[in-house]
Amino acid sequence: MTRNVIIAGVGGQGILTIASIIDMAAMHAGLKVKQAEVHGMSQRGGEVQSHLRISDKEIYSDLIPLGQADLILAVEPMEALRYVPYLSENGAIVTCSEPFVNIPNYPDTQDIYSELKKAAKDVILVDASAIARQLGNPKSYNIVMLGAAAKYTGIDNADYEWSIKELFGKKGQEIVDLNIKAFYNK
Amino acid sequence: MNEQLLLGAEAVATAAIDAGISGVYAYPGTPSTEITEFIQKSKDARQRNVRAKWSANEKTAYEAALGMSYAGKRSLVCMKHVGLNVAADAYINSAVTGVNGGMVVVVADDPSMHSSQNEQDTRVYGKFALLPLLEPSNQQEAYDIVRYAFDYSEEIKLPVVLRLTTRISHSRAVVKRAPMSDMNSLNPDTDKRKWILLPANARNQYAALVDKQSVLTANSENSIFNKVIEGTSSKAVIAFGIAFNYVMEVKERENLDISVLKVSQYPLPHKQIAEFLSKYDDILIAEEGYPVYEELLRGFSDNEKLRGRLDGALPRMGELNPDHLAKALGVDMPEIAVASSIIVNRPPALCKGCSHRDLFESLTAAMSEYEHKHVFSDIGCYTLGALKPFEAISTCVDMGASITMAKGAAEAGVAPAVAVIGDSTFTHSGMTGLLDCVNDKTPVTVIISDNATTAMTGGQDSSGTNKLYDICKGLGVEPEHIVTFVPLKSNLEANIEMIKKELDYDGVSVILACRECVQVAARNKKNKA
Repeated sequence: MTRNVIIAGVGGQGILTIASIIDMAAMHAGLKVKQAEVHGMSQRGGEVQSHLRISDKEIYSDLIPLGQADLILAVEPMEALRYVPYLSENGAIVTCSEPFVNIPNYPDTQDIYSELKKAAKDVILVDASAIARQLGNPKSYNIVMLGAAAKYTGIDNADYEWSIKELFGKKGQEIVDLNIKAFYNK
Repeated sequence: MNEQLLLGAEAVATAAIDAGISGVYAYPGTPSTEITEFIQKSKDARQRNVRAKWSANEKTAYEAALGMSYAGKRSLVCMKHVGLNVAADAYINSAVTGVNGGMVVVVADDPSMHSSQNEQDTRVYGKFALLPLLEPSNQQEAYDIVRYAFDYSEEIKLPVVLRLTTRISHSRAVVKRAPMSDMNSLNPDTDKRKWILLPANARNQYAALVDKQSVLTANSENSIFNKVIEGTSSKAVIAFGIAFNYVMEVKERENLDISVLKVSQYPLPHKQIAEFLSKYDDILIAEEGYPVYEELLRGFSDNEKLRGRLDGALPRMGELNPDHLAKALGVDMPEIAVASSIIVNRPPALCKGCSHRDLFESLTAAMSEYEHKHVFSDIGCYTLGALKPFEAISTCVDMGASITMAKGAAEAGVAPAVAVIGDSTFTHSGMTGLLDCVNDKTPVTVIISDNATTAMTGGQDSSGTNKLYDICKGLGVEPEHIVTFVPLKSNLEANIEMIKKELDYDGVSVILACRECVQVAARNKKNKA
């Protein structure tokens, strides 16, 4: 079993939180992990991505080859579109629908949605911020996204629950529960 | 916990702590910053009282690490590739003195220039100084190699260089620790002939260094970090450092019957390479960085069996990836989706509320009346003032160059000659240039955009915090021309007037534009809560 996941967003949106929950869940499931991330200048509102690879065999490359990603998990729709060349034939795209507009020439949002729908068979757009607000924890939009994409990662929900408890346990049971609610989107 | 998911940088840090270092010395620089940050936060390092504060620049860091080694203790010094240029004087000469306590020099290169001004390859510096250099291919090897490097440094009495590249430094994998070593006790070196590099001593020391080269090569020949994976065809790859991963990725996926020689310890294992070269007809040289060894192995008359970056089999510039290797190894590439044409770039930008924004607004307004609008800038977040909507700076070359380039331009007749430099960059390499200006009474306006941190690399402590006025005064800038303002919207008009006044002054002015970095302010607030 090998899964290649591109996690994409804009610097400051917190994609590394998603990555670290997947990392921990994969390790808890006894799998090997490699996860390349972006530090430095791009973190100042630029495009950022993480290459996350999970496998039961040895993983060599820190980078995912083109056309080999099983999943693009994005917290911003244009950033999801940016990495489509990495997507495999049967790969899925799960992305926040809400655009993050910090540039003057941001394209039309409807055009982005229609391009996304052309790019893969499985395309899931999630209004994660609205869902997170409804669930009473606006900050948990990342976890809402992770929950929506979890089935494509090949890791059991039980491992994700364990991982969320590990990450948020220090902040108390209430925060853990809110994030588990966000993960299941209910 | 014996096994942890660590960045390559953190694997290096963990190994250095476990190897019993007494201190780490560094100036922040992507992709090396996380090594020192990890040691600063490490419980093990705190328990052992490992010295871990930031240094003013890479040269001061390097020399302090060398001093710790002189005293008999183990030291680590870390920098990004261009930082080694700053430390180069100490670096090259430390190969001549040699060391006492084990000393490891970590240099993190940034091929593709994700956060850098060039993509220089530290392996060239390894050869230049005649020092052994190690280049891990994965995070576990980074750990193992650092443990080995400290022992090796003490065995051969030389600093040992560890070269990382962005993708290994900033990628995570599981790393297994080995038992911790004891720290060295104080045991200063008393051999003055070794440490006083008067020409007579230096010649002897240099001869000894040249003599040691055969020992270093012999150690590379037997290194566990250099190895051959045998195939049965006539095709082969010599893969250096992380390039090994990309080759193996393609070899396993495509079931390629090729032989691979992995090189992670330098100087080159001469015999091992010669033997490998003689065995195969078609050999790809895969190096992350410059084609340093491809050039050497091709030789003056060229070796037609070899392919690599120099003949276009691999790209001449930039970091490698598995797709480059697949193409070079003749793998049929599946059809790859083309990225949609509606996607636009999203360049990095100054944060909302950043003090540099207000500074650039006031500076641009103050300079609007002048025919020439030359602003010499420097390395830091404020370099983003080059982009829209500011387009407020004319240059960014190297740490500290804003002040000295403004000086030279002023002397050529540019007026006003304005420098914009950050607080951390100023104490790194700007102070000496300011002294030159004072001594020559050069008409320059130096604006120190002081956000009290080293912001671009993530908000590390800045050496000059609360000291900048005194430093400028001490360097001889006239006190009435060291002015301070707070770059805020509400102060815009007043700040424009202050800048104009100093632009008109026919001498050295310093403007301290002081307001805390918004990222650091937010982090401090969060930590307090």
